[in-house]
Amino acid sequence: MKKIRNRNSKKKQIETKYMLIALTVVCVLGIFGGLVYNINGGPLKAIAGYIFVPMQQGINATGSWIFNTANDFKTLSQVLEENEKLKEQNAELTNQLTIAKIEQYELENLRELFDLSEKYPTYEKVAANVIAKDSGNWFSSFTINRGEKDGIMVGMNVLADGGLVGIVTDVGPNYSKVRSIIDDANNVSAMVPSTGDNFNVSGNLKTMNEAMVITFSELRDAENSVKIGEPVITSYVSDQYHQGILIGYISSIEFGPNNLTKIGTITPVADFEHLEDVLVIKKIKDVGNTVDTEPTE
Amino acid sequence: MLRKIVLFFIISICFVLQTTTLQSLSFANITPNLLIIVVASFGLMRGKKEGMFIGFFSGLIIDIFCGFYLGIYALLYMYVGYSAGFLQKRFYPEDIKFPLLIIAASDLNLNLIIYLVMFLTRSRYDFGFYFTNIILPELVYTTIVTIFFYLILLKINQKLEAYEKRRAIKFDL
Repeated sequence: MKKIRNRNSKKKQIETKYMLIALTVVCVLGIFGGLVYNINGGPLKAIAGYIFVPMQQGINATGSWIFNTANDFKTLSQVLEENEKLKEQNAELTNQLTIAKIEQYELENLRELFDLSEKYPTYEKVAANVIAKDSGNWFSSFTINRGEKDGIMVGMNVLADGGLVGIVTDVGPNYSKVRSIIDDANNVSAMVPSTGDNFNVSGNLKTMNEAMVITFSELRDAENSVKIGEPVITSYVSDQYHQGILIGYISSIEFGPNNLTKIGTITPVADFEHLEDVLVIKKIKDVGNTVDTEPTE
Repeated sequence: MLRKIVLFFIISICFVLQTTTLQSLSFANITPNLLIIVVASFGLMRGKKEGMFIGFFSGLIIDIFCGFYLGIYALLYMYVGYSAGFLQKRFYPEDIKFPLLIIAASDLNLNLIIYLVMFLTRSRYDFGFYFTNIILPELVYTTIVTIFFYLILLKINQKLEAYEKRRAIKFDL
């Protein structure tokens, strides 16, 4: 009796070992397929999407309901005070808007004169909710509740608070995965509008953790004209991001280790801590066509 | 069959909690790793095979929603479950210190490998920073959560085993 059991358990052990090897091979093939052929899930994504996305949405809905109910108990005096402040701000903003409008009118006239088409076109956008964040603590990606069915495609830019948030890296039928610009493995080609210099902005877990900033490098600024506080926008040379989207403001700048180009940090405009609603630009930057239509002289 | 359904629910609930609620309950941007607790405890309680499968599926879900390439986290979590299964012989339901130690070690291992594979290879050399700001806080937070969460998992497993025993007797008759 004991012998039989022993043999059985031994057989089982060998079976488990083989299964481990088989599953390891499956995983390695999966990683390899993703790296080399860009295969990513397929039907697995659809199944997982239909199971988990509704759950995540449900939990988020309950969470925000609780949060909102708790917020309702804010005292009246607080609200009144806030109202007073907002009124002041409103007056100021209206004033600014009027000036902006006048300037816009002037700008349009000048553009007409110079025969320039709009430099920063307004893109068609679709609103989406953030339903889940990365499960670990190493990377910064999140899931939104719009997918293939809403016309989302890999490579679309995602915005929030008037600034760049990230890029769609994977699409399921009812969800998509967005890698944010603060992710440690993310890079964006950017430029400073005042000088037009192109440089590289990369997400960084370390600086983000320490001071809520991301890093930039390779800024050629020979005349020292780029100052702290200047806005940084996406560059026309980027093949992934549309031109002219605000990324953030320069918070520090210094010479890099090679003493030729400058490095520093940027404070992003988007609030990555409390990301709830985002906008997805429903247009992928096409780089292939422009190459074809350019004269080949 | 019941075991599979229950396990599926445990994994789903943990994954959903980890990606939604726990993100807003995080201290200093660090969230505890519930799935590693599930994978390591079941490996410890039930052996290599079950630990391996639970690890594989938990990792696969993470891969689909948060990973870069399908298979990285599946591979890591699978080996965590499998190696926890090696210690099944030393598992006693009354003792909580040993599982606590194993779960903590699993979390530490997992994060060290993630650092080596995904950060060191991209020339992020400041290990001290990542250790004190990411790995250690997650370890502490996960261990604290484990004290409560492990007892729940233990109870669920005991209930399942009792149910399986009853069924086995029924079929023998």
